[in-house]
Amino acid sequence: MTLSRSTGGTVTIILFLGLVGAFMALPVLYTVVTAFKPLHEIFYWPPRFFVREPSLENFTMLFEIAQEMWVPLERYIFNNIFVSVFGTALYVFVASMAAYPLAKYKSKTLDAVYWVVVLAIMFRPEVTRIPQYVIMNALGMVNTYAAMIVPVLSGSFGVFLMRQFMLGVPDSMIEAARIDGGSEYYIFFRLIMPMTRPAWLTLIIFTFTQFWNMSGAEYIYDEGMKSLSAVLSQIASAGIARAGAGAVVALLMMIPPYLVFVISQSSVMETMAHSGIK
Amino acid sequence: MKKAKRRALNSTRAPMLVFMAPFVILFTVFTVTPIISSVVLSFTSYNMFEPPEWAGFDNYVRMFFDDDVFLIAIRNTLVFALITGPVGYALSFIFAWLINEFPRGVRSFLTVIFYGPNLAGNVYFIWVYIFSGDSVGFLNSVLYRAGLIAAPVQWLTDPKTAIGVVTVVILWLSMGAGFLAFVAGLQNKDHQVYEAGAIDGIRNRFQELWYITLPQMKPQLLFGAVMTISTSFAVGYEAMNLTGFPSTDYAAHTVVLHIMDVGSIRFELGYASAVAVVLFAVMMAIWTAVNNALREKGE
Repeated sequence: MTLSRSTGGTVTIILFLGLVGAFMALPVLYTVVTAFKPLHEIFYWPPRFFVREPSLENFTMLFEIAQEMWVPLERYIFNNIFVSVFGTALYVFVASMAAYPLAKYKSKTLDAVYWVVVLAIMFRPEVTRIPQYVIMNALGMVNTYAAMIVPVLSGSFGVFLMRQFMLGVPDSMIEAARIDGGSEYYIFFRLIMPMTRPAWLTLIIFTFTQFWNMSGAEYIYDEGMKSLSAVLSQIASAGIARAGAGAVVALLMMIPPYLVFVISQSSVMETMAHSGIK
Repeated sequence: MKKAKRRALNSTRAPMLVFMAPFVILFTVFTVTPIISSVVLSFTSYNMFEPPEWAGFDNYVRMFFDDDVFLIAIRNTLVFALITGPVGYALSFIFAWLINEFPRGVRSFLTVIFYGPNLAGNVYFIWVYIFSGDSVGFLNSVLYRAGLIAAPVQWLTDPKTAIGVVTVVILWLSMGAGFLAFVAGLQNKDHQVYEAGAIDGIRNRFQELWYITLPQMKPQLLFGAVMTISTSFAVGYEAMNLTGFPSTDYAAHTVVLHIMDVGSIRFELGYASAVAVVLFAVMMAIWTAVNNALREKGE
């Protein structure tokens, strides 16, 4: 690059990045260190940021709380894993299937559907929750796992993301497969899906994180069906004495999304480059 | 030739319908129907146990003339949306742009740091301990030892500070999918244009950003706008977890929380729907304005 960059500018940029980076990272870090703080350090005044004598006290405390709980902690973990894995798989499948015609089949109707899909991204579940609840109630879905999964499946973000990425699959390849006698199903599963791997990996990350952190408290009344997130807020709401245990649950909960993101970051970046609205 | 093409089209039509069907059904039942039924129910009085009763514009009249809490909620929602929306959007772009020239490893690390709050999901409960008004409050102890305050500030429950606290936490969460799109978009821009720009007399980073980078990034900018509008108008649960529900004097009450309050607590579903419809209308208006503005800039 031929452009000159002043040293002063670079220093300012690094300072600015450092400040905002600290703002973004410190609360997460504070959660991690709090998880290892023994009780007397949590109550210590003035509160210290870092832990002096790291201990696993909070982990044992959480374990004890879990034993006393009416529903065993394993049950919540199972609920979270079940809803996250099953929900994510369904979501990616439904969204990818719908994205293929929207990307590769020319029709006026589908163009209109595409714009409805884009607009619908704005209507987050928080906003349509009440009428959605009425419908789920009428269909007998309240207080089932479906109540946590199905509303997410009806969201249009995944379809949009997959469509944008599928636009990049050359038409000539699809034509060639058709001439060779490949059915549309064959083309979708054997050509489109393998070629859009980074896109559905990205979608897996977004969706998994969404399901994993979902509380679902409005739709689930049965204690044994609640999610880890709902339990976290129950534990944390017990006050400061539980801060350590709450931090442990938070720490354990954020490990899966972070891991998944770090491992597949390059695929995510490849996908997001295609996310623009044209 | 034409016939063969038409036959080929017909043989693809059935599978395409099969591909679309699951999403279209789910989308119609659980996204479109709720939006449309909100509009219909907003003209009725409905409590879920008795059939809806026609109420004309009563709900809308009540909202603007007879419900002070709604007025607080819409004011707060607009404050959140108009402050955290543009600021978060700008920050996302600025940071994506700033980290763009770093080596790959540093860039990946910074991306994880900035996107981190979105991954950590429920970690925002740690903010309760940071802003807490009792002896564990981290911010108070820092300010106290620095001699800036003499008595603890009740950040979360004082109506004067509650909205500020929520704004800070929302900004903390603002580098989401839009930010990732910006980072990725900047990585994939056309380098020849930049060399041509340098020859044509682009002298510094800011000219380069304004004349070359921004126009190239238009699709990502639109995507980011959609994501920003969708999140910034949906603020509510974060506020509830930080400042309680309802917050002191409804200081951090938002439209989403108001919908929850009248809908799922008081079962006034007709009224809750009317509130939702007003929110939809505001969101659509802002999207139209943003869309027009961004498209004009690109032409």
